Amino acid sequence: MGITQILFWGLSILALLGAILVVISKNPVHSVLWLIVVFMAISGHYILLNAQFLAIVNLIVYAGAIMVLFLFVFMLMNLNADTEPQKNKWLKIAGVVAGGSLLLVLVAALKHADMKNQLAVMNKGEIGLIHNLGLVLFQDYVVPFEITSVLFLSAMVGVVVIGKKD
Amino acid sequence: MPINYYIFLALALFCIGVAGVLTRRNAIIIFMCVELMLNAVNLLLVAFSKMHQHALAVTNPQAGIDGQLFVFFIMVVAAAEVSVGLAIIVMMYRNTHSTDVNFLNRLKH
Repeated sequence: MGITQILFWGLSILALLGAILVVISKNPVHSVLWLIVVFMAISGHYILLNAQFLAIVNLIVYAGAIMVLFLFVFMLMNLNADTEPQKNKWLKIAGVVAGGSLLLVLVAALKHADMKNQLAVMNKGEIGLIHNLGLVLFQDYVVPFEITSVLFLSAMVGVVVIGKKD
Repeated sequence: MPINYYIFLALALFCIGVAGVLTRRNAIIIFMCVELMLNAVNLLLVAFSKMHQHALAVTNPQAGIDGQLFVFFIMVVAAAEVSVGLAIIVMMYRNTHSTDVNFLNRLKH
């Protein structure tokens, strides 16, 4: 078992553990911190797959900007474990059973799929590097890229309109 | 790594997110579980793009690059979505002094 395999399993276990702790933490701030751990683990997976641009963007945009936004909102609202709304025990069990059943059905459907020879190649391949991605982004995907800026502008206007005290 | 492992890892993350959406009542935690599901899908897209590149490397050296650009655009849309969603949650908190989603059934009346 090489170093790549060890890293893969370690990062997978870290991501799953973090995801479970996001869901079961009573304190919302702990949930945000565990979600940052999940994003770090997923960035590690991107680096293992040699998608370095996406790894850095994931860290900057998700673990940086979006999670800071979440933490900011939590601290603005002064939420903690005491103010956490409690749900009926049976509804919680039903939610876990529903999620588990979805996992069971999807795994059962894909377990016997013939994908043994399909490898997600690690540590090589040039397509994840910023040079190649940038060339394709600004040649073939210029129009979606520009539309994205309009989307951000409309999101900004929308946030200001929604957040304004009237 | 065989693609199976990535598929099952992403499925597990996605289903944990689904279970979180169904079990929690705090609107912000529900929102975070949606982000978790988006990230599971992103991970699977990148894994598939590397698989595609490996399969078609001889004929097309750029194969699979579209998958990674889709992930980039998903992240961009997610950033815009989070800002609008959090603004809505802050507005809801200002009106009800709670982030419990059950308050939202007042929209009916």
